[in-house]
Amino acid sequence: MSLENTFIIDGVPISFEPDQTVLQAALKADVFIPHLCFYPGLKPNGNCKLCTVIVNGRHTSACTTLARPGIEVENNTPELNDKRRLMLQMLFVEGNHFCPGCEKSGNCQLQALAYELEMMTPHFNHFFQTRKVDASHPEAFLDMNRCITCGLCAQASSEIDKKNIFALSGRGMASRVVINTPSGKLGDSNFALSDKAASVCPVGAILPKRSGFTVPIGQRIYDNLPISSQTEFLTVRKA
Amino acid sequence: MFELENAKITQGLRRIAIDPVSRVEGHGKVTLLLDEQNRIHQVRLHIVEFRGFEIFIKGRPYWEVPVTVQRLCGICPVSHQLAACKAMDIIIGARELTPTAEKLRRLMHYGQTVQSNAVHFYHLASPDLLLGFDSEAAQRNIIGVAMKYPDIAKQGILLRKYGQEVIHRVAGKRIHGTGAIPGGVNKALSAEERDELKKDLPQLIEWAKAGVELVQRLHEENPSFYNSFGLFDSNMMGMVREDGALDLYHGYLCAKDAKGVPIFDRLNYETYTQVLREEVKPWSYMKFPYIAELGPEKGWYKVGPLARLQTCDFIPSPLADAARKAMLSIGNGAPVHSTLAYHWARIIEVLHGLEVIQELLDDPDLLGKDLTVKGERQEEGVGVIEAPRGVLIHHYKVDEDDLVTMCNLIVSTTHNNQAMNSAIRSVAMQHLDRRIISEGLLNHIECAIRAYDPCLSCATHALGKMPLQVELLDAEGTRLSILSRNSSGEFHTSEMYA
Repeated sequence: MSLENTFIIDGVPISFEPDQTVLQAALKADVFIPHLCFYPGLKPNGNCKLCTVIVNGRHTSACTTLARPGIEVENNTPELNDKRRLMLQMLFVEGNHFCPGCEKSGNCQLQALAYELEMMTPHFNHFFQTRKVDASHPEAFLDMNRCITCGLCAQASSEIDKKNIFALSGRGMASRVVINTPSGKLGDSNFALSDKAASVCPVGAILPKRSGFTVPIGQRIYDNLPISSQTEFLTVRKA
Repeated sequence: MFELENAKITQGLRRIAIDPVSRVEGHGKVTLLLDEQNRIHQVRLHIVEFRGFEIFIKGRPYWEVPVTVQRLCGICPVSHQLAACKAMDIIIGARELTPTAEKLRRLMHYGQTVQSNAVHFYHLASPDLLLGFDSEAAQRNIIGVAMKYPDIAKQGILLRKYGQEVIHRVAGKRIHGTGAIPGGVNKALSAEERDELKKDLPQLIEWAKAGVELVQRLHEENPSFYNSFGLFDSNMMGMVREDGALDLYHGYLCAKDAKGVPIFDRLNYETYTQVLREEVKPWSYMKFPYIAELGPEKGWYKVGPLARLQTCDFIPSPLADAARKAMLSIGNGAPVHSTLAYHWARIIEVLHGLEVIQELLDDPDLLGKDLTVKGERQEEGVGVIEAPRGVLIHHYKVDEDDLVTMCNLIVSTTHNNQAMNSAIRSVAMQHLDRRIISEGLLNHIECAIRAYDPCLSCATHALGKMPLQVELLDAEGTRLSILSRNSSGEFHTSEMYA
């Protein structure tokens, strides 16, 4: 292993390719860094902050930090995982995430990370915000109760599908995914289930209609292996 | 107005509250009003929780409903899931399921009946029946049964475990799985799974037979007590197959009066709104259903094991049918209305459930791979099933965007609301009137409620260790004494004098 294209993560040297980020190189080397808003093939945007690592003593997002020779990255440490758990807890209480009745259960990246990081309770008081459900599209269903405003749908719709159907509106606590139609309804857009934006949502906010719970328990993505053991799956998903 | 529902004059009466009622599913309380001579003037079973499932399911997609509404209950979630799925089958135009899908659903449902009836009979009710209604309260639980009758306790626990395992194989989890979906099921059963379920079945059937014999023996040893405890006459309602056989998964609604004369017969349950009404009373969150043509005073009825074993003409499995005939013989040709006969009927259903499971496991259709169907979309669907506690009705309307716009659930315990109130009033007059109230006597009231196996909230579950507090108040509401049970089952009495 040449020192010119390696860096250290939690004391272990891993190699990287030019223009790879710390997160991309880590996943390729089978080293798991928790993340939600990163999706292979889409430009990393550092939204969720769950992939925060310490590079040469400074906190930074692993998804937006380019891998460089010789850098030392702290990742799987109790301190960082405590902070990641806190961020997950905030995401859970900000939205309305009822896993027991959610069709994304078992396939949900947010839920898988909560298990991975041993989130036992939400810790904070729930916001119980009133969020919209949009079932106007004949084939797809939007449940904003579960949206974590990661922005992946907007990116995929813009960068891959070239449709600009989804966008983030507002700032901070008020930011929301909106639909780029006069009515604000998905049913009035040219959205199709074959769009990339239909399949990048890490939670259960964008779903195909009438297919919930058709995959039995035991055959869902995260039923048998924790997300940290599925780096290959997380790497090969293509936008 | 029912006798003992409302005291004529409440002034000067003292109030005793059993709050919460223990060893039942959920939270409820009983209040009694007594005068200075301890004469009973009023007895009520109150359901003190508000759930709201019918409201918050509105606006949700229909395919989510069966999985969400099963969270109503931790003991009989399969019943809610299947009742909702049957309604959604109609919504998606899937009135006829594939043979494999229907048989897998039946397998899951009869597994549910075995596990739920077993947990109710052995874990919750048998401490009263085997150790005595007024035996030492600290021992009157499944642990007490295990100490004195270890074989019975073990058999009960393993019967329940088997029922749960059946559910696990079909639904993916023992509790709150996802097996049934609108239009069918989501998973085929493998030959290995089927063989695993077949392995212990003969032994389990023997244990269920022993359970039936046990209850029969208890009745035969003390017939005057068992036949009269909490006795009242009422109408009965249950679901039957077209040929009159008991069918817990699908069929027609039948109702008979207290003498066994049909009120309605082979009714398509999708028309339930034409025959049933619900009355609201200000002192309970639970409604009081009744048969419309008879009105609220005469049209109330009971559901559940004792009712359905008498609304059907026969049980379509030989061992259970023979046991049913033996049970009905105590009525000498008339219907059996004894409150404690519910337990007898309940354990007969465990035996029946195992016989049906055995038949299903031998059926080659069970291993088929054709799991779902769909047809022409409908706006409205009704699903009815015989849950362990009785007839369970789910009724939904779904708009063109696939969202639920209306939900009406009439759960088994609601059907039994007036029946349970009548049972505790009967017990109160038989065992508490003009007597000094003790914990053991109050437990008689709870025993009458437990016979119905109520799912008071369909949410929580108490296993005989729930704190219980009975307050004695004077007419001005001043507390005179408190009888309390802590979570260890220990009783304390505090006297308070002005």
